[in-house]
Amino acid sequence: MMVAPIELEIGEAIGAPVERKEDHKLLVGQAQWVDNMRVPGMAYMAVVRSPYAHARITRVDVAPALAHADVVAAYSAADLQEEWAGSLPCAWLPTEDTKAPPHLPLAADKARYVGDGVAVVVASSRAAAEDAAELVEVEYEPLPAIVDPEAALAEGAPLVHDELGTNRCYTWRLDAGEVDALFDEAEVIVRGRFRQNRLIPTAIEPRAVLVQPLPANGEFTMWSTTQVPHIARVTLSGVLGIPEAKLRVIAPDVGGGFGSKLNVYAEEALALGLARRLGRAIKWTEGRSEGYLATIHGRDQWQEIELAANADGKISAVRARVVAAMGAYLQLVTPGIPLLGAWLYAGAYDVQGYSFECTGVFTHTTPTDAYRGAGRPEATYAIERAVDALAAKLGKDPVEVRRLNFIREFPNAIAAGLTIDSGDYDAGLDLALGTAGYKELRTEQAERRAKGDPKRLGIGLSTYVEMCGLAPSKILGAIRYSAGGWDTATIRCLPTGTVQVLTGVSPHGQGHETTWSQIAADLLGYDVDEIEVLHGDTAVVPLGMDTYGSRSLAVGGVALYFAAERIVAKARLIAAHKLGVEPSQVDYVRGRFTGPEDSIALKDIALAAWTAHDLPDGVEPGLEASFVYDPPNFSWPSGAHLAVVEVDTETGNVEVLRYIAVDDVGTVVNPLIVDGQIHGGIAQGIAQALFEEAVYDDDGNLLTGNMVSYLVPSAPDLPSYELDRTETPSPTNPLGVKGVGETGAIASPAAVINAVCDALAADGVTDIQMPATPERVWRALEEAKR
Amino acid sequence: MRRVSLSVNGDQHELELEPRELLVYVLRERLGLTGATVGCDTSSCGSCTVLLDGESVKSCTVLGVQADGHRITTIEGLAENGALHPLQESFRTHHALQCGYCTPGMVMAAVSLLAENPRPSEAEIRHALEGNLCRCTGYQNIVRAIEAVA
Ligand code: FES
Ligand code: FES
Repeated sequence: MMVAPIELEIGEAIGAPVERKEDHKLLVGQAQWVDNMRVPGMAYMAVVRSPYAHARITRVDVAPALAHADVVAAYSAADLQEEWAGSLPCAWLPTEDTKAPPHLPLAADKARYVGDGVAVVVASSRAAAEDAAELVEVEYEPLPAIVDPEAALAEGAPLVHDELGTNRCYTWRLDAGEVDALFDEAEVIVRGRFRQNRLIPTAIEPRAVLVQPLPANGEFTMWSTTQVPHIARVTLSGVLGIPEAKLRVIAPDVGGGFGSKLNVYAEEALALGLARRLGRAIKWTEGRSEGYLATIHGRDQWQEIELAANADGKISAVRARVVAAMGAYLQLVTPGIPLLGAWLYAGAYDVQGYSFECTGVFTHTTPTDAYRGAGRPEATYAIERAVDALAAKLGKDPVEVRRLNFIREFPNAIAAGLTIDSGDYDAGLDLALGTAGYKELRTEQAERRAKGDPKRLGIGLSTYVEMCGLAPSKILGAIRYSAGGWDTATIRCLPTGTVQVLTGVSPHGQGHETTWSQIAADLLGYDVDEIEVLHGDTAVVPLGMDTYGSRSLAVGGVALYFAAERIVAKARLIAAHKLGVEPSQVDYVRGRFTGPEDSIALKDIALAAWTAHDLPDGVEPGLEASFVYDPPNFSWPSGAHLAVVEVDTETGNVEVLRYIAVDDVGTVVNPLIVDGQIHGGIAQGIAQALFEEAVYDDDGNLLTGNMVSYLVPSAPDLPSYELDRTETPSPTNPLGVKGVGETGAIASPAAVINAVCDALAADGVTDIQMPATPERVWRALEEAKR
Repeated sequence: MRRVSLSVNGDQHELELEPRELLVYVLRERLGLTGATVGCDTSSCGSCTVLLDGESVKSCTVLGVQADGHRITTIEGLAENGALHPLQESFRTHHALQCGYCTPGMVMAAVSLLAENPRPSEAEIRHALEGNLCRCTGYQNIVRAIEAVA
C-alpha cells in the first residue's frame, strides 16, 4: 500500500559533533583492508609493465617466468584475448564524435605509457609473483612520445592511437549570451594563461583487489579498494561477460580515494579474468611506486581565461579555453573531468556572457581522471586568479572587485545555464576578512615593504562557488554521461529496537556510518548507537551510485530522509490502528505517535509490524522502507578562503602563515566531520599550489615516480587552519544539505597563489606557475627584475 | 631461513624467517597483526610504524631477523585490558582520523614522541610526525589530539 509521506522535523542529532562510530576499530588495528584478506587457495598476481612511454611490442615470452618454481601461470595480452567481452569502461563520452580507442586490461601491440600492462604472472606468493614478473621477456621497439597536451595537438606530433589519425579526443563547447559583443564593448579586458599541474592523488592505502570464484555456480566475489562497488559491478560484468547478478563486489574499509578509486581498473578485470581461468582466488596489491604509474592522475591542463569588464571592474563576460590531457587511454570518466568545471569559470560573479571550450587530448602518460574537486578547482583557480589580475589592472583592492561582482539573488540562473540554489557570498567574505584582520594585514604588508623586509607578506582570496551533489540524472543524460545520478536508502526497523540503514553510497574515510546514524536517529527517535549502517557490498545494498563528487550526503543522505518519511507514514497507520483513531488524528514527533488520548513509540510499532498479529487491513508485515532519490539540481557550496603567506625573496621559499576558510555547505549534520573534510581538502589544495607535481621528461618517463620525489606534504609543511561557516540551507532538498568533500581542494590553490603573487606584486611578479616551489618563485623574481 | 625469537605485544613468538623478510610482513602475514599497514615502498609514509623496545621505527625498514630478541609493540597491543591508550582516545575525540589507514602509524609515532618529550610544542609535534603521511586530515586534528594528551 502506498501511503502519503509525512514531512519530518529536523532535531538535535543533526548538527551535533558526534564522535565517529568508525574510529574504534581503526584505532585498535581491526580495520578490514583488502590487503589484510586471505582466502583458501589464493594466488598472487603481478603485472609486467612497459618501461617505455611509447613502444611497439614485438615479442612477449612468458616461458622464463613459468619456469619459476612458485609460478602458477603467466600470460601475455594475446593469451588472455578471449577473456574480454569489452573494453575497460569509459562512462562519459561528452560529444558524439569523442574518440574512445579500445582499452583492454593488457596492451597487445603497443605500449602507450610507462606502466602500461603488457603481461601478467600468477604465483603462490606476492614476492614470487613480483620476482617472476621480472623474468618475462618483452621486446620493445621504442617510439617517440608526447607528454604535453598542447604539443600533442601540433601537426606531426607522435600519435598515441595511430588509427585515430589525431591526438584530439574531443572538443566540447558551451556558449551563452553575446560574448563577442560584450568583449567588443569592454573597457578593460584581462587575460590569464594558467597551468594546472598534473597531480598524483596518493591515497595512503595503495590499491588492492581480491577475487574469489565459485566455479560451480559461475559466481565471483570481488573485494576491491574502490569508491564505486556498484559501478564496478555493472561495468566489469560487461568487460568480463559475467552476468551482473553473478558478480558481487565488496568495498570493505577503504583507505582514502580522492577520486583515484573512483575508477574501474585493469587489475580488477585481470583478477576476475584469471580467477575465472584458473578457478582459484587471485589477489593483487599495488606497490606505491607501481601505483604512481598505474593509478590515475589528476589535472594536467592548460587554461586560458579572458574577462570583459568596465572601468569600475564590473565583469560582463567570461571566455575560457582549456586543453586537457586525457593520458594514454580513457578511464572511467576521464573526458568528463574538465567539464565538471565548465559552468564555473565565472565563479561567484554575475555575468551576462559566457563561453567555455575544452579540448581533450591523448598523451603518452598515465590516464587522468577524477582527483578531489575534479574540474572545479581548475575553474576556480582560473577565475579567481583572473579577478585578482583585474583588480591589479584597475589598481583596486581584490575585495572591492569581488564585491562589485558577487551574485546576490538566489536561486540564480547563471549565464552558463544552471541554477545556483542558495548562498550569501558577502556574509562569507565578511567573516573571512574579519577573522583575518584584513586591514591590519594590509598595514603590516605595507610596513614590511616600506622597510624593505626581504620576507614579503601576501594576502590571497578565493571566493568560490562550486557545484556538487552529482547529479540530476536528466542533466547527466543531456551531457552524455552514461549512468544516472540518483542514490538509494533503505531503513529496516528491527523488532528488537535497533535499525539497519542501507545506503548506496560507499565511504572511504568520510564517516558515513556516523552521519547516516545521526540522520536516522534524529528522524526516527532512536539513539545514534541503535542504528547500524551497511554499505559497500552489492549483495547487501544492490543498488547505488557510490561516493564521489561530494554527492553522498546531498543525494544518498537525502534518500535516507525520504525513506524515513515512508517509515513514519506506514508506522502511523499501525499506530492509529493501535490507538483506535484515524491516522489523521495521530501526530508524529521523533519516534512517538500521539493520538487524542494515548501515545505509542515507533519502536513498539516495529515489533507489532514484525509479529503482524494485529495490523490494519492491507498493511504488509514488517517495518521497512526504501527510497531512490534523484536530485532535481546540483548543490552549490560556496565560501571565502583567505591565505596569508610569507615569501622569502632571498630563497624563494613560501610559508603559509595563516589559512582562513569560511564555507557554506548548507546544513551541517556533523561539524567534526565537516571540518575534517575541509581540513583535508585545504591540505591537498595547498599541496597543489606549493608542493606537488607529476613531472614527465620528454621521453615520457615519470620523474616523480615515488614518494621520495613526489612531495606529499607532511605535518611541518602545513599550517593550522582557521575555520568558520555560514549556513544557507539548500532549498533543493529537505535536509538543506549541499556537500563538503571537495570545497577545501577547490578553493585553496587560488587563495595560496593569489597570496604569493600579492606578496610579490610590488616586485613586478604577476604570475607563478603551480607548484610555486622556491625555484619557481626565485626565477619569477629574477625575470621581473629584467 | 633463520630462527628468530620475537616478543610482540607481550607474546613470545619463535619463527623461521627468510633473511629478506621485512618486519612489517612478518607482523602482517606471519602473525596476522594487520594493524600496521604498508603505504609505500620507499620508507616515506610511516603507516607501518611500530615500537621496537619502546621507540618508533618504520617496520618496513627493519628486517624480521634484525628484530630477533627485541620487544615489539603494535597498535593491537596498545590498549590495556580493553581500555584505549590515552592517545587512541584523543585521536577519536579530536577526529584525528578519517580513512584510518595512516592511523596506527601516527598513533605509534605519537606514543614514541611523548615518551621522549612529554610536553612538545606544536612545532615539535609537527616535526616529529614528519615521516608519517596522512592524506585525509590535513594533520591539524592529529596535532591537536597529541597536544591534548601532552
Ligand atoms: S610502508 Fe613503511 S614507511 Fe611506508
Ligand atoms: S586518515 Fe586517511 S591517511 Fe590519515
